Amino acid sequence: MTASTTTPSRKGRRFRFNWVDSFLWFIRITAIITIAVGITGSVQHFIAGEGPTLEQWRDLIISSISTGAMYGLIALGYSMVYGILGFINFAHGEVFMSGTMAAIIPATVLFNTGFWDAQPVLSLIIVLITAMITSVLTAVIVEKVAYRPLRGAPRLIPLITSIGVSFFIQYAFAGLFGVAIRSYPPPPGNLTEDIIIFGVPIEGTKILVIIVAILAMIGLWYFVTRTKTGRAMRAVAEDKEIAGLMGINVDRTIVTTFIVGGAMAGVAGLLWALLFRGVDFLTGFLPGIKAFTAAVLGGIGNLPGAMLGGVLLGLFEGVGPILVLDGLDIVGIDIPAVSQLRNAVAFIALVLVLVFRPTGLLGERLGSEDRA
Amino acid sequence: MALLEIRNLQKAFGGVQALGGIDFHIDDGEIVSVIGPNGAGKTSFFNVISGMFSPDEGSIIFDGDNVEHHQPNEITRRGIARTFQNVRLFPNLTVLENVMVGQHCRTKQGMWGTILQTKKQRAEETMIEEKAKDVLSFFGSRLAGYRYDQPAFALSYANRRRLEIARAMATEPKLLLLDEPTAGMNPKETIELTGLIGKLRSERGFTVVVIEHDMKVVENVSDRVVVLDHGVQIAQGSYDEVSTNEDVIEAYLGRPAESE
Amino acid sequence: MKRDLKHIRALGLIAGLSMSFVAGIGMVEKFNIRVLIEPAVTMGYLVLFVMPFVAGSLAARGVPNPLVEPVRDPRANGISGLITGLIAGVFTAIFVLIIDTFDVTEFFPNMRASTVEEMTFGFGLAVGLVVLVLATTVIGGLGGTIFGLPQRVRRGLTTAGGWVLGFALFEVIVSDIFSFADFLLDLIYAPQGGLEIWSAVIIGALAWWLTARYEGRAKEFALTVRDADPKSRIRRSVIWAGILAAILLPMLLGGIVNELLINVSLFILMGLGLNIVIGLAGLLDLGYVAFFAVGAYGTAVLTSTMGSAIGPGWSWWIALPVVMVFAALAGLFVGTPVLRMRGDYLAIVTLGFGEIVRILLLSDWLTPIFGGAQGIRRIPGIPVPFLGTISGTRPELFIYFMMIFVGIAAYISYRAQNSRVGRSWAAMREDEDVAEAIGVSTVNAKLLAFITGAVIASFAGALFSAKVGTVFTNSFDVLVSIIILVVVIVGGMGSIPGVFVGAFVLIGVLGGPKSPGLLQEFAEYKLLIYGALLVFMMLKRPEGLWPSARRSRELHQEEALQDAWLDKAGEFDDDESGEVTS
Repeated sequence: MTASTTTPSRKGRRFRFNWVDSFLWFIRITAIITIAVGITGSVQHFIAGEGPTLEQWRDLIISSISTGAMYGLIALGYSMVYGILGFINFAHGEVFMSGTMAAIIPATVLFNTGFWDAQPVLSLIIVLITAMITSVLTAVIVEKVAYRPLRGAPRLIPLITSIGVSFFIQYAFAGLFGVAIRSYPPPPGNLTEDIIIFGVPIEGTKILVIIVAILAMIGLWYFVTRTKTGRAMRAVAEDKEIAGLMGINVDRTIVTTFIVGGAMAGVAGLLWALLFRGVDFLTGFLPGIKAFTAAVLGGIGNLPGAMLGGVLLGLFEGVGPILVLDGLDIVGIDIPAVSQLRNAVAFIALVLVLVFRPTGLLGERLGSEDRA
Repeated sequence: MALLEIRNLQKAFGGVQALGGIDFHIDDGEIVSVIGPNGAGKTSFFNVISGMFSPDEGSIIFDGDNVEHHQPNEITRRGIARTFQNVRLFPNLTVLENVMVGQHCRTKQGMWGTILQTKKQRAEETMIEEKAKDVLSFFGSRLAGYRYDQPAFALSYANRRRLEIARAMATEPKLLLLDEPTAGMNPKETIELTGLIGKLRSERGFTVVVIEHDMKVVENVSDRVVVLDHGVQIAQGSYDEVSTNEDVIEAYLGRPAESE
Repeated sequence: MKRDLKHIRALGLIAGLSMSFVAGIGMVEKFNIRVLIEPAVTMGYLVLFVMPFVAGSLAARGVPNPLVEPVRDPRANGISGLITGLIAGVFTAIFVLIIDTFDVTEFFPNMRASTVEEMTFGFGLAVGLVVLVLATTVIGGLGGTIFGLPQRVRRGLTTAGGWVLGFALFEVIVSDIFSFADFLLDLIYAPQGGLEIWSAVIIGALAWWLTARYEGRAKEFALTVRDADPKSRIRRSVIWAGILAAILLPMLLGGIVNELLINVSLFILMGLGLNIVIGLAGLLDLGYVAFFAVGAYGTAVLTSTMGSAIGPGWSWWIALPVVMVFAALAGLFVGTPVLRMRGDYLAIVTLGFGEIVRILLLSDWLTPIFGGAQGIRRIPGIPVPFLGTISGTRPELFIYFMMIFVGIAAYISYRAQNSRVGRSWAAMREDEDVAEAIGVSTVNAKLLAFITGAVIASFAGALFSAKVGTVFTNSFDVLVSIIILVVVIVGGMGSIPGVFVGAFVLIGVLGGPKSPGLLQEFAEYKLLIYGALLVFMMLKRPEGLWPSARRSRELHQEEALQDAWLDKAGEFDDDESGEVTS
C-alpha cells in the first residue's frame, strides 16, 4: 500500500564471531540440506517408479494451489489490518470461520429442498453472500467493540485482546451451533467432475476455487488502487495522523478495511465449503495461522504478496511433506505417515520465514508508526 | 594517542549519503562541539560511533581498538556513552532505576547470584545504588531525595535531559556523546547545563563531544569546534575561527542570490 | 432530567441481545440446575437477569462524561432503568417467540423446546413471555433505582449480595472447611443445594452490618501491611500466618478441594514462569506450553519403564535436574531465532514452536520414544522416604510438593525483579534499542528470560507427570499456553501476587482447560468466559486484578502525572535563586 522500506538494520561486515548468527546459519544450512536431500530422494524414487505417479503429483499440486488460493484470501485480511493498525488480528481466523459456519444454514436448506442441485450457480451465490455478510458483520462488530477503544494502546494490548476475541468467538459459535462437525453438501451440479484444460484433467471444484480467488483479488486490487476509498485506505495505512489531517475519516476508513478483509474471508469461506466441506468451531484456527504465515511470507501489508504467499504456503504444506520428508529415507530417516506432519511443515515455514526473511518476498508495506 | 580516532567514515541510508567520509579525532580530556545545519549528519555521526549502525566504509578507533562494527552494548562497555536528541529514558522506571541500569555493563551478578543472594551479590547491589546516587548528586538537589523514586515520565523536561546525562555517566565511560543537551531548555537552564558540561571534565574527568545548535553554549564550552554539512566536515578550529569561516556561514545562511 | 434515549435504546438492545445469546447457547438451561437460593434464585436466571440489571444501572448513569458527576435520583434513574429493561425484555421475548415458532434445532441445537420452557418459567408461552418482559423491565428498573441510591446503601447492597453469592456458589468449599460443624451447614443450606432463603437474608444483613462497621479498619490494616517496610514485624507476621495456613490447610480439606488446589498450583507455577518472560522481560511467548511438555515428557520418558523405547526408569529426583537441563536447552533453542523479532512476530513464532513440539510428540515417527497417540503410561510418582511414592492418588500429600515448587518459583521471581537482571529486563521492555545503547546485552537478557521461564515450566511438567501417571499430547496444546497467558494477564502482568489471584480466580473457580473448577456448571462455557474476560480486562483494567506498581503506573500515566504534580505542589524544582523552573 505504500512505498516499500526495509527496517534499518546493522548492515556491514561482521568480523567478530557472533554465536547467534552462527546458530542461525546452522539452521539455514540444516534446512537447505534437508530440503535438498529430500528432493533428491523423491526424484530417485520417482525415477525408480516408486512413490506417487506423475498424475498423482499433478493432482497434488493443483490441490495445493487451490487450497493456497483460499489461504491467500484469508491472508489479505491479516495483511490489511497489520498494515493499518499494526497488530496481528488473531480473531481474523474466526471471522473466516463465522462465515463458513453460518453459510451452512442456507446450504443445508437449499440442499434439502433440491434447489441445490437444480440451480448450482444460484445456490453457490447464496452461500457466498451469506458467508460474506456474516464474516463482514463479525469483523465490524469486533472492530467496534474490542479494537477501536484500544487505538492508542501499547502494541501488545490489541494483540492480546484479539486473542481473547478469537477465543470468545470460537466458543460462542460452539455454544450456538454445537460442537459436532457439520458438513456441507457435496458441491452441486457437475463440479466434482474433471474438466480438461490443456489436455490435463482437473477437478471442477479446484478450478472454480482458483477462478473465484483470482476474481476476488482483481476486484480487491481495483478497489484499492482505483477508488477513492481504496486510496484513503492506503493513506491511512501509511500514516494515520496525517491522513486524518488531510480530511480522511480515519475511523470510517478503518472500518472499511475490516469490511474488505471480512468480505475476502467470506469468499474464502465459500471456497472452504467447496474444498473441505467439514466445518466446526475450530475451523478457523489453523487456516488463520497459516494465512498469517502466508501474509508475512509475501510481505505484510502487501496485497499481491498475500496472495502469492498463500499459494506458496499451500504448495509447501501440500507438496512439502511428500516431496521432502518422504525422500529423506535415502539417508535413513524414515518418516511414516508423512501427511501427519503437514501442519508442522506449515509452522516450520512460519518460523523460517519470520526468522530469515521477516520482510517477506515482495517486501513489506508498513505505516510510519510501525517501521522500526 | 587520540582517545577516539575516526577515518573516512561513510554511511548511506537508502539513497541518502548521511556521512560522506568524515575524519575526526579527540584527545583525552577535550571538549569538542559538533555543529552544522539540520540534516548535516550530526546525529547519524553519533549513531554510527555508538554502534547503532555499522558504517559502510571507514574506521573508528577508540582507545586503540577498531570498534566500527561492534554492537552498541559492547561499545558502551568499552567506554563510550551517549544521550539522545529526543530524550529516550525508560519512562516507567524510577529516576534511580534509570541510572542504575547504566551500571549494568560494569557489574556482573547474574541469575545465580540473584537467586542465592550471596554476599557478593548484595554488596554489588549496594554499590550500584550508591554509585547511582553519586552520579545523580552531580546535578545537585534536582534529581535527589524524593525524586529517586519518581517515575521518569513524571519529570519536567529539563530534568529528563539531566537524567539522561546521569544515566550515561553511570556507565563509567571515558567518552561522553551529548546530543543537543540543551535543546528545549530555557536560558537559565541552558546556562546551568553549560557549566555542568565543563564540570563533566573538570570534576569527573570525562572527554566530551557535544552536538549543539545554541552557539552561546558552543562558545562557552568548546576547546574545539567541528562543522559538518551534508555529511562532510567543512571546517574545524576554535570557536572564533569557525564562526567567522565563510564556508560555515554559507552552510547556515546560504549564499546571497545572484544579482542579475 | 435529560434522558439520552439513544443511549438507553442501545443499552436495551445490547442487553436483549446478550440475554438471547446466553439463552441461545443453552447457558440458562444448564446453569439452572444449580440452585443458589432455595427456591427462587437459580444460577441460570441469575446470569440471565444480571444483564438487564447492569444495563439499567448504565442507563441511569447516562453517557459517561468525565467532567460531570452522574445524576443520582432514584426515581428518574429507576425510570431510565425501566425503559432499558423493557426494550431488553421485548427483544428477548421476540427471540423466544421465534425459536418457539420455528424449529431451528438442526442448526442451533441449544435453541430447543426446553430452552423456551426455561425462558417462560414453565408458565406456557403467552403468560411466560409476559412474565419475562415484566421481570426484565422490573429488574432493569431495579438496576437503575439502586444506582440512584446513596453510596452507603449501594455499598451495603453490593457487599451483602457478594457475600450471599459467595456462600451460595462456593457451597462445596464452605462445606469442606466447616465439615466439623455439620449441624450448622444443614441449617444454612437447603437439602438439594443452595442457601435457604432466610439464611441468605441473614448472611446478607450480617455482611452489610459488618462491612459498614469494620470495613474502614480492615482497609487500613491491609494498606498498612502492604505499604509496610518489608522487614517490619507486622508484615512478617502476616506472611508467616499465611504460610502456616497454607501448610495446615490441605490437612483440613477433603480430596476434591486438594485436587483442585493442585491444578490451581500447577497453573500458578506456570504462570510465574510465564510472568517472568512476559511480565518482566516483555516477550510475548505464546508457545510456553512447549516447555511444560519438555518437562512432562522428559520426566515421563526418564522415569517410566513402559511406553518408551528409552525408558531408564530413573527416580523422579534424578530425572528432575536432567529435565531442567533439557528445558534450559529448549529455552535457548527457542530464544535464539527470535532475538531480533518484533513483538507480534515473536508471539506467533513461539506459538508455531509450541505447535511443532506437540505435532512431533504426537507423530508416528517419534512414537517409539514418546508414545505417539497413546502417550506414556505408568509414570511413577515422587519417592519420599517413609511415605512411599507420592502421586496424584494422594492429593493431600502431593500438594505439598506443589507448594514447595511454587515457593521456589515465587522466590526466584521476587528476587529477580529488584536485581540487576530484573532491571535489565525492565529496561529492555521499555526501550530495547536504548537499553542496548546503555550497555545491556539484550541477547543475554532475552535468552536468560527464556531459559528461566523454561526451567520453571519444566518443574510444572515434571510434577504434572508424577501426578497423573500418564501423559498424552492433548494436555499440551495451544489452549494451555493461552490459558496461562490469560491467568497472568488477568491477574496482573509482572505481578507475583497477581499470578496467584489470576490462577485462583480462573482455574479455581472456572476451571482449567481440561479440568473443572469449583463451579462445575461452567465447564462447558469456561473458555467462552475466558475470552470475554480477557477482552473485558484489556478494555477496562489492563493492569490486571492485582497489578504490579510499575505496570499500573505505565498504563495510567496521566493519572500518575497528576498525582505526582499534586503531591509535590510547592516542592517544584528550584535553582539556588529560588525561582521556579519546572
